[in-house]
Amino acid sequence: MTIPAGSAPRGKLQRALKNHAFRWFCTLCAAVSVVVLAILLGSLLLQGWRHLDLEFIRNAPSRKPEKAGLGPAMWGSIWICAACALTALPIGAATAIFLEEYKPASPFIRKLHGFLQLNISNLAGVPSIVYGIIGLTAFVQMFGLVGNLNEPGFTVGTPDDWYYLQLPFGRGVLAGGLTLMLVILPIVIVSSQEALRAVPNSLREGALACGATKWQMVWRMTLPAAVPGIMTGAILAMSRAIGEAAPILVIAGIVFIRFTPQHLMDEFTAMPLQIYDWAGRPQDEFHRVAATGILVLLAVLLTFNASAVLIRQRFQKPLQ
Amino acid sequence: MTASSFSILTTLVIIIVLTTETIRFFRTDEVSFGAFITGLEWNPLLGAEKHFGIWPLVCGTLMVTVVAMLLAIPLGLITAIYLSEYAPRTLRMILKPVLEVLAGVPTVVYGFFALTVITPFLRELYGGFEIYNVFSAGLAVGIMCLPIVCSISEDALQAVPLSLREGAYGLGATKFDVSVKVVTPAALSGIIAAALLAIARAVGETMIVALAAGNLARMIWKPTEQAQTMTAYMVQIFLGDASNFGAEYYSAYAVAATLFVMTFLLTILGHHIRIKFREEYE
Repeated sequence: MTIPAGSAPRGKLQRALKNHAFRWFCTLCAAVSVVVLAILLGSLLLQGWRHLDLEFIRNAPSRKPEKAGLGPAMWGSIWICAACALTALPIGAATAIFLEEYKPASPFIRKLHGFLQLNISNLAGVPSIVYGIIGLTAFVQMFGLVGNLNEPGFTVGTPDDWYYLQLPFGRGVLAGGLTLMLVILPIVIVSSQEALRAVPNSLREGALACGATKWQMVWRMTLPAAVPGIMTGAILAMSRAIGEAAPILVIAGIVFIRFTPQHLMDEFTAMPLQIYDWAGRPQDEFHRVAATGILVLLAVLLTFNASAVLIRQRFQKPLQ
Repeated sequence: MTASSFSILTTLVIIIVLTTETIRFFRTDEVSFGAFITGLEWNPLLGAEKHFGIWPLVCGTLMVTVVAMLLAIPLGLITAIYLSEYAPRTLRMILKPVLEVLAGVPTVVYGFFALTVITPFLRELYGGFEIYNVFSAGLAVGIMCLPIVCSISEDALQAVPLSLREGAYGLGATKFDVSVKVVTPAALSGIIAAALLAIARAVGETMIVALAAGNLARMIWKPTEQAQTMTAYMVQIFLGDASNFGAEYYSAYAVAATLFVMTFLLTILGHHIRIKFREEYE
């Protein structure tokens, strides 16, 4: 780069100007996201505050917008998220332990580890509606191997018992929960891995030096130290699961449900699904109901995230 | 060991289910693989003669993705540069949680936002926008992808060693020169990986387009009109427009397989770019 001697000061000025301009440009762009969030929340509050009361949380959905409520959808969400958490957490944590604690010794297992890691990042990229379709085939219909939806191939109890079980699962709570488990499993695995990686090696070495077996070391030293991190990741994953609409849409469909689910095979609806139903209707009045539903959903998510932050601050002892 | 095999099992089940059901779809008399791959008409539900050509759906998906990426990639990258190079601590403390909240908002909320806020606003600006249009859905998808682009690019920018920046300052560079001409190129592999990840998310996004982009599958080039994406078609099928187990029902599996292949290739590509073109400095 050659600069003519006479123009050097002007070049300097230009560069300084460019520098300033870019700084302001950057600030503006960064402000966009804040503005967008403000508009989003503002418009939701504006549309939704009118319906927001206890009746809304208790009522069942209704043809009349002023009587519509979120009750069954909330209970449906609680049921499927419980089913999802109870399955995703053990499987996710166990996978993370295998990947982090049982470091490969032989080249074959090292290859397996690399493959697993790549596979998990691939699974994280699969669109959630594809998981919904997989859930529909694998859980709802069970590949058509055991009976069909009208004549289940295998049942325990009658549809009135709380422990009623059938194969295939049908469009029930359990199928929805397991599908959500598939969606959040990669997130749980990755966050648990990070939590385990944060445990200092000196703890492991100390345990091994005291004569602990590998299993004792993992179960009594590493895992307890990593539990806050794992829990934080799990809660954040659950907040993803609560808001996830697409896979549940495929599993449950839009159905008009006035009651809370009674057993694991019962039909259900969930909060994001109910919101989608309301938002998709042409009447403005239902849009306002949808906005109220969104406010409730966001409040639940906020509680989740706040508790995750709380756990992180409360239980994370410095380990070094 | 058993638990970890679960994730491999999941992948296997996905592949097996999608292939077998897609094969069943191509076995029906109404479709052939060639017509599916090359066809420019998609009307499985209406009309006397059914056509299964994937391109109108791919076209809708790509339109939404392009609009979304035109918003998310520049804005996300510049926000990341600001966060990593410029922002004072206090502003960082505001911006980071804002981005985290934006990342945590469920997609159905963005769909509602597109339908009730963005679309009326666009129609106010220019009357040619239809009630359901690609542009509004694309903007909402872009907002959704913004935090992904931003956080991954920021990680990449922060990973660039300080010595590079100090060297550039030592040569008399301004802050602009350092962040745009030195740090950004050095972090390029991470930034490209972020963009690919965001594209994969945008392609697979369902609820926003199902609410705001419309349900008419055709080849269009104007973002002011409505279009159907691959994901929106699947929603339409599974909401009960086709409950008889005919060709149109299985067509959803073929569309899902196409979608899966697209996102799979994007993820693999991103992985390779991150590994291959990573610049090691230390």
